Amino acid sequence: MRVPIDWLSEYVEVELTPVELSERLAMTGTEVARVLHHGPLSADNFVVGKVLSAEQHPDADRLRVCSVDTGDSEPRTIVCGAPNVAAGQTVSVALPGAVMPDGTKLGEAKLRGIKSSGMILAEDELGIGGEHDGIMVLTDDLAAGTPLAGVFAVSSDVLEPELTPNRGDCGGLYGIAREVHAATGAALSAPPWSDDPGASTLGSAPAGISVTVDDAALCPRFTARIFENVTVGRSPIWLKARLAAAGQRSISNVVDITNYVMLVSGHPLHAFDLDRIAGGELTVRAARDGEKLTTLDGEERTLDGDICLIADADGPTSLAGVMGGSRSEVSDQTTSVLLEVAVWDGANINRTSTRLGLRSEASSRFEKGLSPEGALEAQAMASALMLELTGATLVDGTLDVGGDGPAANVIRLRDARIISLLGTPIARERSQAILEALGFTVTAADDGLDVTVPHWRRDDVTREADLIEEVARINGLESLPATLPLNRTGLAGGLSREQRMIRRAEDVLVGRGLSEIVGWSFTDPQICDRLLLDDDHPLRALVVIENPMSSAQSVMRPSILPSLLDAAAYNMARGAEGCALFESGSVYRAGPSDDGMAASEHHGLGAIVTGPVREPSWADAQPPAARIESAHALVSSVLGALGIEWEVEDGELPFLHPGRTAMIRTAEGLLGWFGEVHPAVAASWEIEQPIAALAIDIGRASALAPTHSIFSDLTSFPPLREDLAVIVPSGVAAASVVSCIIAAGSPLVSRAEVFDVYSGEQVGEGRVSLALHVDFAAGDRTLSDEDVAPLREKIVAALKVELDGELRG
Amino acid sequence: MIERVTEIQKQAEAEISAASSSAALEDLRVQYLGRKAELPQLLRDVAQLPPEQRGEAGRTANQARQSLEAMIEAAAAGFEAAEMSAALADDNVDVTLPGSPLETRGHHHLLSATRREIEDVFCGLGYSVVEGPEVETVHYNFDALNHDPAHPARARSDTFYIEGGGEGPEQTLLRTHTSPMQIRIMEQAPPPIALIVPGRVFRRDSDATHTPQFHQIEGLLVDEGVTLADLKGTLLAFARAIFGADRELRLRPHFFPFTEPSVEVDVSCFMCEKGATSGGERCSLCKGTGWLEVLGSGMVDPNVFAAVSEHGYDPDTHQGFAFGLGIERIAMLKHGVPDLRFFYENDLRFLRQFG
Ligand SMILES: [Zn+2]
Repeated sequence: MRVPIDWLSEYVEVELTPVELSERLAMTGTEVARVLHHGPLSADNFVVGKVLSAEQHPDADRLRVCSVDTGDSEPRTIVCGAPNVAAGQTVSVALPGAVMPDGTKLGEAKLRGIKSSGMILAEDELGIGGEHDGIMVLTDDLAAGTPLAGVFAVSSDVLEPELTPNRGDCGGLYGIAREVHAATGAALSAPPWSDDPGASTLGSAPAGISVTVDDAALCPRFTARIFENVTVGRSPIWLKARLAAAGQRSISNVVDITNYVMLVSGHPLHAFDLDRIAGGELTVRAARDGEKLTTLDGEERTLDGDICLIADADGPTSLAGVMGGSRSEVSDQTTSVLLEVAVWDGANINRTSTRLGLRSEASSRFEKGLSPEGALEAQAMASALMLELTGATLVDGTLDVGGDGPAANVIRLRDARIISLLGTPIARERSQAILEALGFTVTAADDGLDVTVPHWRRDDVTREADLIEEVARINGLESLPATLPLNRTGLAGGLSREQRMIRRAEDVLVGRGLSEIVGWSFTDPQICDRLLLDDDHPLRALVVIENPMSSAQSVMRPSILPSLLDAAAYNMARGAEGCALFESGSVYRAGPSDDGMAASEHHGLGAIVTGPVREPSWADAQPPAARIESAHALVSSVLGALGIEWEVEDGELPFLHPGRTAMIRTAEGLLGWFGEVHPAVAASWEIEQPIAALAIDIGRASALAPTHSIFSDLTSFPPLREDLAVIVPSGVAAASVVSCIIAAGSPLVSRAEVFDVYSGEQVGEGRVSLALHVDFAAGDRTLSDEDVAPLREKIVAALKVELDGELRG
Repeated sequence: MIERVTEIQKQAEAEISAASSSAALEDLRVQYLGRKAELPQLLRDVAQLPPEQRGEAGRTANQARQSLEAMIEAAAAGFEAAEMSAALADDNVDVTLPGSPLETRGHHHLLSATRREIEDVFCGLGYSVVEGPEVETVHYNFDALNHDPAHPARARSDTFYIEGGGEGPEQTLLRTHTSPMQIRIMEQAPPPIALIVPGRVFRRDSDATHTPQFHQIEGLLVDEGVTLADLKGTLLAFARAIFGADRELRLRPHFFPFTEPSVEVDVSCFMCEKGATSGGERCSLCKGTGWLEVLGSGMVDPNVFAAVSEHGYDPDTHQGFAFGLGIERIAMLKHGVPDLRFFYENDLRFLRQFG
């Protein structure tokens, strides 16, 4: 919405500069997005002129040499190219020194040998209208030399306020004027609809038209007046200039009147050519599915059953509250006008304009919800202009279906409540003055004020808290004290244990050299194919967005892995040899979750490492490349930091290397996986080297982490360490060797850990040698070799029997 | 023999005193005290002397040996320290070479680091941190938060809806703010409550200043007697913790569906003095206004309490405030990040600058 200050000043005596006014409005709740300027920066040197003579230029067919009286002692010579310039016209003249809207300063210039000292102006040269079909001709009652700014708005600052959705009343200049009045104390004029030429016609409907409203909920009020003997033509220049400054194009006097009144009152109007309303009757009803209507912009619209329209005997003729139909449009031939001012259901208008992709000045106002009383205000103001500018006569009667809105609400505003909500008092007199300035009616009450809400704030101000907001915002929040809540017993706050565990897990990865990324939750549905998922793989249960911004962002990611691969590919394409990345964030699966949420989401922790495990350096030129064991080590670090007991087991996942896939097993079930990314998957991200990867359901892991550790005495009786080298068939998992040793050595084996792996000639084909540290300990004594020897024999025997293993050497 | 011992001792003492390195001392030790040296030989020969001479000769020879040993040891100690110093001085490297292994520290993403920083401020003020689902329902995201049925944010042009996500209040969508957790928490816990909700949110918007996914922190405090002035004090504490101790706050009235009164909160710019830099130029961060818009907030609308009244919230006795801020915005302001796009590109050259 554009608010030309020049125009606004008709309703409120603005004394602040536009910037000061914007700041004041911003501090009272009306943000001003921009301050613009319309027309030349200054109206100086723009005056009224009288064309005394207009002669053909001797050397140019299309130029006239005019003698123009601009109020100076001598007429001045102006060369003019307009075909319509003629002696006797009253015109607008830019004198030398005038600065045109594009910033050029007018000087004296010779045109084909004749000096021109000024310029006779066409409308578009002042930013009014887009046509350059000739100079603008003014009325003859204006004296030569009159400053043009006294005739119409040549130059105006324009505010562009950003209205909040609750302030439908500010959709018109008068509503803004009322805010300016309340916010600055500037005097407010009486509303421009105070004098209604049709006041005497209220209460009875005009002859020749009938209106039926099928659904009063969709159309709380429908009013109409009929004008006859209308002469459709051009609007006067002051009207065109105002519309132009507000960003509207002039169309014809009748249409301009509807737009002008809307811009002032905030209430949209629509003019029908009465003779083109078939059958002389209008019906407001819901559209039928598939019904068609051609709107004023020439588009044929297909409607549905939720859309409200206005129909005549021949069918739909207007899209209610959004845009008129072309069939009943006012044209040059129109002589009778039906002026409709209605109120529509805001939500329905919003739905319609969204569904049709059609937003108009009218729909954007109606969707905020307008008051029924405003309809007659707009009728009053428009009637006066119709009579004045189109020569029309008003047919007796005002059609009114629905009438005024509900009785005004009276709300008690208690002094005590102001203090308790704001934390600071506002004097009762001050509250009263503010509310009255905003148009509320106020009477004194024991403990405060009884406040009657004006119709234009009926939907917005319904409770005491709403009144307090009004008083507080106009009073200003600058002086509000800054305090802290007093009554804070029983609130300890802080992170939950789970949140602390998740932070710890992230910190572990950062400490191990991984950098955190933040990926997109959105992904491409083709992600499933890129991850080589089978048709019935559970990860294919994607959460699908109904209205995505693009197909590449049309589903929610089922895993963090693709986000990590995206980031790795991005960085490797930019020269990184490898990278170590992790993300901690949501992954999504369709269908209700265990805890009743609409979709299953869990907090995942994913990481990948590819390329050198450390950055190469002068002392460490070729660090090994990351492989599955790098991922394994990271899992150990993370779960170790959380104190979670876990085991590795062989696994199978379509997007991982089939020989390098491991599952993370806890007593409570699987917690995630680690391994190397399947080379075909990596290739799809154009990465040609092994990628170690892991994923942990960190949300669940954080809950499994033990709340606290219990002391074990590991110092009084230190363990006895033995190293064993065991040769087993190469298919035997290291974990089974470890568990075999622990089981056979029970209860004195406290730990067994592989520290070396060897395969080759010395151990024979198909066999592998594992070297392990084995710790023996008892809680009540230091063990001796005699204690351990029999256990050692039991372990050797068990390895032989269970795993076909033998001691090496 | 005694004379010989004395003679050897004198000679040895002179040579030891003259020795110039620990190697020379070692040679002297071998020469005078080694297995084949004369003095030990004399000592061994004591046994062959007549018994009456053995005592004195043995003592003398033994004393001479011990004295020489001590003397060599003392001299050697002096040489060793000096020689080690000399050797270490020779054993030098270029200490300006990079460390190895090179930097192994990773980095928290700037958004996470900022989120943690803000969380920690509010934890210090006694708030709990709660998180909620990103796939929400119309009920929690809009209806229960007092959004008008025609509120433009509900439009399919603004909000992502989930396919097959049902109809009416139960229809599912991607949450457009972290505010739904206000309701979920109030349904679970009676007042008083004080919490913040960090998380990822989604809006159907993509241009220079919007990404369809971004991060918010929502705050909610409900108790008896909580005022707008308390909101101001709380946010002032936050602003000073994040942007510096000298910050001031400015509240501008605004409109949000779920608060009444509603205010936009500006923090005084930390790069300038009332819009002008120390060089007198117009500050580019606050565009010369002296203020930075950082968050929206307000007093919880009574309708929101009415929606959870059965859980112990009474619009007549309970008051509270709520606020919501964008983590991206805070991070951009504080760290001078010029463009939102950096947050989601995950370029290591960006990531390594922070966290
Ligand atoms: Zn600044």
